[in-house]
Amino acid sequence: MPDGAYNYAYLDEQTKRMIRRAILKAVAVPGYQVPFGGREMPLPYGWGTGGIQVTAAIIGRDDTLKVIDQGADDTTNAVSIRRFFARVADVETTTRTEEATIIQTRHRVPETPLEEGQILVFQVPIPEPLRMLEPRETETRTLHALSEYGVMQVSLYESIARHGRIAKTYNYPVLVNGRYMMSPSPIPKFDNPKLDRNPALQLYGAGREKRIYAVPPYTPVKSLDFDDHPFEIETWEQCCALCGSKESFLDEMIVDDAGQRLFVCSDTDYCQERRQEEDK
Amino acid sequence: MKPLLSARNLTKRFGNRIACHGVSFDLWPGEVLGVVGESGSGKTTLLNCLAGRMTPDEGNVAYETASAGTVDVHRLSEARRRLLARTEWGFVHQDAREGLRMGVSAGANIGERLMAIGARHYGNIRQSASDWLERVEIDLDRLDDRPTTYSGGMRQRLQIARNLVSEPRLVFMDEPTGGLDVSVQARLLDLLRGLVDRFHLSAVLVTHDLGVARLLTHRLMVMQGGEVVEEGLTDQVLDDPQHAYTQMLVASILPV
Repeated sequence: MPDGAYNYAYLDEQTKRMIRRAILKAVAVPGYQVPFGGREMPLPYGWGTGGIQVTAAIIGRDDTLKVIDQGADDTTNAVSIRRFFARVADVETTTRTEEATIIQTRHRVPETPLEEGQILVFQVPIPEPLRMLEPRETETRTLHALSEYGVMQVSLYESIARHGRIAKTYNYPVLVNGRYMMSPSPIPKFDNPKLDRNPALQLYGAGREKRIYAVPPYTPVKSLDFDDHPFEIETWEQCCALCGSKESFLDEMIVDDAGQRLFVCSDTDYCQERRQEEDK
Repeated sequence: MKPLLSARNLTKRFGNRIACHGVSFDLWPGEVLGVVGESGSGKTTLLNCLAGRMTPDEGNVAYETASAGTVDVHRLSEARRRLLARTEWGFVHQDAREGLRMGVSAGANIGERLMAIGARHYGNIRQSASDWLERVEIDLDRLDDRPTTYSGGMRQRLQIARNLVSEPRLVFMDEPTGGLDVSVQARLLDLLRGLVDRFHLSAVLVTHDLGVARLLTHRLMVMQGGEVVEEGLTDQVLDDPQHAYTQMLVASILPV
């Protein structure tokens, strides 16, 4: 049974309806940032207040929830959000990507391909992709309304001029459905191709800035680039030290005082599955 | 031939204060029109109204577009007006910092308009940026430097390059030589005159410097207290001023 002191899934029903309306609008206009009345949540801004509100608005007793932080199921943020929903929403939780119906994530998209019916909820710190280029909110809204996105291209030009290549590695700007410029939240650009025409629904919640946006299933998502400097994802010379994967996003870890380094999958579930397969 | 830009009865008030009153004129293709007058005479307000950056209280501005016929600048949708402003028009600010993106390199500054209208080939954008940097007489090895490292005169030249890269037909200039020392001014004027000639630009140039007006403009409007008190060919106005205020203005040039 959920904790009796709170309404189901923590938020009151009116708030959940308000958030659902925002989500519906966001799904109807892919990539458009819908303002919503963000509530205070029992965790600080920057820890996933946006994502947790979106999850609270869509979760039901039949759902199975997975929460990851930087790809890992066992980090503080992931563990506490998972426990929070187990307590207030009485849902099953899992670490396995295939079993989950809702996956709340910070900074990664799972390596295991998602399927229709699954929902990926992103925690977004800065929803406005143009924020660092144009500080005025009135102006960025105008730029979105008129789809004037030259300034984003300018930032990529600058990156090539300075570094010889597009050096942006995370929060890499994308154009959704050929219309709205969107910040994919700070996922590595490695994950950008996974957003494109993904069968799962992607919901993005920004708690501090009180914005919700969405990418419906199978929506085209294009990473910006130049004709002569095409979009590229990160590659590694190493493979995962634990499971041997050459396809997954690797974290570099320093394992001793001598500077010994180890590359391992950032997606813990994916890594574990692969190791279990091997053992069989 | 149709005028490129024609203003009719432009009036702009700020509360009870009248910034410009009943200004009408035609600007013909290839012509450079100077607007002179002392500080506070409504020159910049007029320029902002012409360029669609400010909405006049009365009057209208008609612009002859390259392909879509004559349009009323203030009746256009914001999207069309902004498109016009970054393709067929240029706007050179007195303070280059207002017209430049100070946080990105000169090349990116020049390339911005190209990217805004859909250029997506880095090499080509960079090539155009280099060409324009050369045309405004800035060393090519400064291409990747930020405008913050540029001198005042270079910033102003960079701003001009950034505006001209989309090959506009009409450029609005607000005191482009203000705040520069005399030798730098002379060089900039020389450059501007060359560019106007080479690209058949039309321009509206606001200045308080009669020397600049004499060098660059074909026709001159003299403003005082928000009204045009005299207009005519530049040489005529400066050599044989009719209005008392113009006479005073011409007489107050310091002889060297």
